[in-house]
Amino acid sequence: MNHEIEAIYTVWLREMIRYVRARERIISSIAQPIFWLLIFGSSMRMSMPTGGLNYQAFITPGIIVMAIMFTSMFSGISVIWDRELGFMKEMLVAPVSRISIVAGKCFGGATTAVIQGILVLLISLALGTKIDLISFLILLPIMMLIALGVVGMGVAIASVLESMEGFGVIMNFVIMPMFFLSGALFPINNLPDWLKIITYIDPVTYDVELTRYIMIGFSSINIMLSFIAVLGFTCATLLIGAFLFNRRS
Amino acid sequence: MTVIEVKNLVKVFNNKIKAVDGINFEVKQGEIFGFLGPNGAGKTTTLNILCALTKPTEGEAKICEYDVITQPEEVRKCIGIVFQDMSLDDRLTARENLELHARLYGVPKSERKKRIDDVLELAELKDREKSIVKTFSGGMKRRLELARGLIHHPRVLFLDEPTLGLDPQTRKHIWDYILKLKKEHGITIMLTTHYMEEADELCDRIAIMDHGKIIALDTSKNLKDSLGGDSIILDLKDEDIKKGMKIFKDSKPFNGQLFLSVKNAGREIKRILEIAKKNNIDVLEINIRRPTLNDVFLSLTGKEIREETPNLKEQLKNRMPGR
Repeated sequence: MNHEIEAIYTVWLREMIRYVRARERIISSIAQPIFWLLIFGSSMRMSMPTGGLNYQAFITPGIIVMAIMFTSMFSGISVIWDRELGFMKEMLVAPVSRISIVAGKCFGGATTAVIQGILVLLISLALGTKIDLISFLILLPIMMLIALGVVGMGVAIASVLESMEGFGVIMNFVIMPMFFLSGALFPINNLPDWLKIITYIDPVTYDVELTRYIMIGFSSINIMLSFIAVLGFTCATLLIGAFLFNRRS
Repeated sequence: MTVIEVKNLVKVFNNKIKAVDGINFEVKQGEIFGFLGPNGAGKTTTLNILCALTKPTEGEAKICEYDVITQPEEVRKCIGIVFQDMSLDDRLTARENLELHARLYGVPKSERKKRIDDVLELAELKDREKSIVKTFSGGMKRRLELARGLIHHPRVLFLDEPTLGLDPQTRKHIWDYILKLKKEHGITIMLTTHYMEEADELCDRIAIMDHGKIIALDTSKNLKDSLGGDSIILDLKDEDIKKGMKIFKDSKPFNGQLFLSVKNAGREIKRILEIAKKNNIDVLEINIRRPTLNDVFLSLTGKEIREETPNLKEQLKNRMPGR
């Protein structure tokens, strides 16, 4: 058992070293949220019916979720890279269980995503967002939970995909729609019914609502419902991801 | 002592393709055992079964007395593997790659540093330990992989095409390194190759494989001797060839030349020339050919082991700057 924990830690450690070394990746994945906050946040301020809320404050939680989502997806899908790199084989032949490998991979990816989320939060603080310490401490495990859910999804997709070429398709047809339909950028209360149904199906909606509630105390959905949805989604994707990963290798 | 024991091993893919077709062999402690055969002969599949990566369809295999089917984790603990394709993390340094391996194989913390230092020394990479692997040459990467395979002190080392795609000089360097492992550490090594010289140079015993079957298994010398000795090739005028066929027994004409089968060409060449002179046969040119493993393969299967270059995808992958 001890050895399995050591193995999870080892795979996690590798993700961390790789993350720290890929500076261009860190910078580019922070740059995008800044553009959103600054340009979109300022320009759309007048046209969004956020009911008296500052629009920039309204979208900040959504942008944090976006940063977490993109980084998590990237980490999950990097299973394909490991396969092409050959390092996956090195891990698979080691005398450790596959569950430990996939667990280390997921925790590692989620940790990098949470770090990205915190970086975006710090930037938003510089742009005028306010958050108290308690809320921040509550936010941390929630960010981890959200990140794990998307990493699990990434691992599941990576276990089905043949090559990295499908990554662009996944980003454009899965991640982007999930983000745009989530209510990260607009309040979902005022949407037409058909669109409302889609946002309720989108798991990211609950990520955003939960994060927004913790940060600014505003939510369009019952907060317990959001939490259960996030927890359920994460458990489901992790299980499916681990299952598909195991079957593939 | 027997370290590898294989009985009636069969592997069928998708219910129809027989990659391994009932092979049997044993490998003793401290031996270098080679699988020689063309691509697709079933060498890598056999290796994957022995490393407990693939389950056999039938038969059994034991490594260090552990069963590959029922005790895969024990098997993996006592073996080291170097794959055909690169399996390093090229964003990490040499030392970090070794460190991760030591942790994954449960090398105790107190011993990690020393063992990593040892294998770095052995691979002559000590001065590059802090360099990112992406900056390494093909030969250095290979040496690092070989070093990595040794950190957990395996009893058997599996090498799948250890010098595939390397230049001749680097290849020689890797060979020396492998021989050093055997000599100084007494480690049992099993390798696959489709380079004849590699099998010749390194292996104590060679199993020649084709279509999933072992068609010959012996030392390189015995395999070559089984062909019945050397050939002396005489370049003669057409009218002399017929004459020569009558005079020399065991002779065959081929492409305007006369092939004589002899036990030892060096010793018999003088006698042959004397006989030719006495019979007024004008020898234009004379060549000696000692049998190679390729000749052995040729005589067993009627085809040659093709010396293939790595396929296009492989070449592109090796050439692409690290991703």
